[in-house]
Amino acid sequence: MEQARKRLATVWLALLALLALTVAGSFTVTGAASAVVSFGVAAAKVALIFWFFMQLRTEKGLIRVFAVGAIAWLAILLTLVTIDKVTR
Amino acid sequence: MTDVPINKRADPNDIRDRGLSETPEERASYLRAGHTLRSWFLTTDHKRIALLYLVSVTFFFFVGGIAAALIRIDLLTPEGDLLSNEGYNRAFTLHGVIMVWFFLIPSIPNTFGNFLIPLMIGAKDLAFPRLNLLSWYIYVIGGLCTLFVLVAGGVDTGWTFYTPLSSMFAHGQVVMAATAVFIVGFSSILTGLNFIVTIHKLRCPGMTWGRLPLFVWSHYATSLILVLATPVLSITLALIAAERLFGVGVFDPKLGGDPLLYQHLFWFYSHPAVYIMVLPGLGVVSELVTAAARKRVFGYWFVAGSSLAIAAVGFLVWGHHMFVAGQSMYASAVFSFLSLVVAVPSAVKVYNWTATLYKGQIAIDPPFLFAASFIGLFVFGGLTGLVLAMLAVDMHVHDTYFVIAHFHYIMVGGTVSAYFGALHFWWPKMFGRTYPMVWGRIMALLIYLGFNLTFFPQFILGYLGMPRRYHVYPPEWQVWNVLSSTGASILGIAYLLPFVYLLWSLRYGPPASANPWGAAGLEWTVPSPPPKENFVETPVVDYPAYNYPMEMEEGARG
Repeated sequence: MEQARKRLATVWLALLALLALTVAGSFTVTGAASAVVSFGVAAAKVALIFWFFMQLRTEKGLIRVFAVGAIAWLAILLTLVTIDKVTR
Repeated sequence: MTDVPINKRADPNDIRDRGLSETPEERASYLRAGHTLRSWFLTTDHKRIALLYLVSVTFFFFVGGIAAALIRIDLLTPEGDLLSNEGYNRAFTLHGVIMVWFFLIPSIPNTFGNFLIPLMIGAKDLAFPRLNLLSWYIYVIGGLCTLFVLVAGGVDTGWTFYTPLSSMFAHGQVVMAATAVFIVGFSSILTGLNFIVTIHKLRCPGMTWGRLPLFVWSHYATSLILVLATPVLSITLALIAAERLFGVGVFDPKLGGDPLLYQHLFWFYSHPAVYIMVLPGLGVVSELVTAAARKRVFGYWFVAGSSLAIAAVGFLVWGHHMFVAGQSMYASAVFSFLSLVVAVPSAVKVYNWTATLYKGQIAIDPPFLFAASFIGLFVFGGLTGLVLAMLAVDMHVHDTYFVIAHFHYIMVGGTVSAYFGALHFWWPKMFGRTYPMVWGRIMALLIYLGFNLTFFPQFILGYLGMPRRYHVYPPEWQVWNVLSSTGASILGIAYLLPFVYLLWSLRYGPPASANPWGAAGLEWTVPSPPPKENFVETPVVDYPAYNYPMEMEEGARG
């Protein structure tokens, strides 16, 4: 129990650190690199939340498939919107 | 349907004879398990929650219908002499908002899905009964917000809330209307989640995936869309509110936003939402067709798989709403192709239904008439969808009455026919009473005729160039509009008919047996109406879905 609490606290602190990185990145990095940094940090945050807060590390099979499904559908949205945006 | 001898008067000399006012099945059923308001409003029984939804969606169907009536009366003449321009905008916006989110999306899943999925898979309830009740309350709160918008002056953006109209220019209750839709979205998400978990976890012994009724398959596919698409709509509406209230630049080009981004996000939800509306209808029709033909469905796995294929491919076609909105032509070409692809699984279903009916012993009962109407209208609506998916033709008919006619063929001709088909098919199961078949047949025919008279002229109007959302038009188009309004009156009368004979049947209808249609499926093995706990003993399934007896032709016998 104690260990679980410590783990959650560590993950939370890691998320706060990543948030700080996003804010810092928005001031220091510009242009295309800015998008790479913000999306990269966001992906790291999502991974932490999926793995620890949503407890996918202890789940198996079908539940993980559903979680990956959500990511896949987000990828569909972003890919097809990007096709429009870059060829407009 | 097997007729039960009508002997409805109680013997006045025998105090124990209750005549037909209450049958023994009714006494033991979910309908009599608690008589207080509390037993209804705090129920966690999926069957009672289904009835709560039945009453609520019927109410909103008629509110949306009144808006439609105002529109059709105004369009009787080329001048806008019934409603002001603003009033007309508000009428069609509320018609769309109410019909889409408060009738079509919850109609079949939340009433018939709720009632039937546990019965069809041999479960006592849904996986999360309290979440199910919460979902209804969220729906009601969303509905009350919409009614507030109605009395507080309405909203005039169209049901699509396009930016920058909705974020910068509209003066109506945009934020409140968006809030209502935002709220009702959570009801959809919870219902979808509940169905997915129920279908995965609560199937009775022997009820393998290959033995699930196709109604359940189509609801599974619908639930996936509900869970995957609805959050995107919620986020999009929240972004509108953020831009309108706090000036955050998301869609407004002046603030660095992109107006087309709104349409991308909106249609990423709303096109799959079309399949949320029609997939449950497809499931209903699969049941009605097999029951009417008394045959196993032709190509079970193809029909089941086509539901999943429609759900998946339906997510890839949203850009066809933006062919003339400034979307890149390369993206448009991709979306055009993908839109044609979605016709394939839809056609698979129609072919399989037809093959199921082939050499079936078809009973021309009301449910079959609704199913047949559905198939015809769905094919017509689907084929005109292919016309609209072609880039060049869409240039000509975009935002005209051609589009209005197309999607009404799918949503009203399709989904509403399926809804009434389901109501007529499962009514004896839900309430334990049968209704006069002849009235059901008359209603089905009136709906078919009224529907075509209302919407077919709109294809012609659209092709001639009449834009949607206008109430003033050149006089030469009046004849088509008058035809359309005449059809709408027939449709209106037809929709009111069931109020008479279905409500009559609740008291005076002959009691229904457990399986009045002679149909296959677990829901027909329990008494009508079902007992509170559905099954006294957990059923065990050791036979395939649609286990109708096989008949061999004379020459084929060995």
